[in-house]
Amino acid sequence: MLFYIFAAVAVLSGAYMVLTRNLLYAGFSLLLTLLSIAAIYVLLFADFVAVTQLMVYVGGVLVLILFGIMLSSRVHDKSVMSENTNVGWGISISLLTLIGLSYTIWQAGFSSLPWIQQADTNVLGGQKSTVHLIGIKLMTDFVLPFEIASLLLLIALMGAAYIATDKEKV
Amino acid sequence: MFTQIPLEHILLLSAALFTIGILAVITKRHAVVVLMGIELIFNAASLNLVAFSRHDPTLLQGQMFSLFVILVAAAEAAVALAIVLRVYQHFKTANLNQITSKEV
Repeated sequence: MLFYIFAAVAVLSGAYMVLTRNLLYAGFSLLLTLLSIAAIYVLLFADFVAVTQLMVYVGGVLVLILFGIMLSSRVHDKSVMSENTNVGWGISISLLTLIGLSYTIWQAGFSSLPWIQQADTNVLGGQKSTVHLIGIKLMTDFVLPFEIASLLLLIALMGAAYIATDKEKV
Repeated sequence: MFTQIPLEHILLLSAALFTIGILAVITKRHAVVVLMGIELIFNAASLNLVAFSRHDPTLLQGQMFSLFVILVAAAEAAVALAIVLRVYQHFKTANLNQITSKEV
């Protein structure tokens, strides 16, 4: 039951993000969507992913987006509002996507797949959290993606700092 | 014990979020709102990964994938917002339609 409440909050605030024309309202409704997705992660037994979602998205990406809104629009005149374009095409394409995805999910019958039905009970297997297993996995099976991810973050940090600096003044 | 959430309902929620993200990317003119739509699409994909990871006997491959998705999304957001700021400084607007139609 808790899942449906959070799902409704996520979808409604996401829809409000699209419907509103004020950029700051859109940012804060995206915050609500990300928070309820983190709550759904907890309900899906993924506690570490939920905490990572909170820290990276809500603490990092959303603050960056709010910075971007503040720095890329003059708040005093009307440009904190954003206009819409291609409304007819957008609504028709996204409705077709939604219908197609829903029909595919409904037709595919994922719940009757054998490997899902076998593993459906006793999900956590007696352990309390997934942090221990994720730590072991990161240092054994996923050590190469982990290192590449650290390199990617370093490159992204340097690139963002280089792009955002004002080259005439430096 | 918890009652299991049906897998289809999570997938439908993810499809709805994906659709909202696509709608934001297509219809909005401000570049930052387009980025917010892209973040919503990332979240929908990683919700799918976590939903299937619940049924994984070793339990963790989908969650590891969604961790890396979150990480790449963070790097993407940093670089993209830096580009948006540069574009705003250069063109004095962040409206995508005006950017494509203006001389450099």
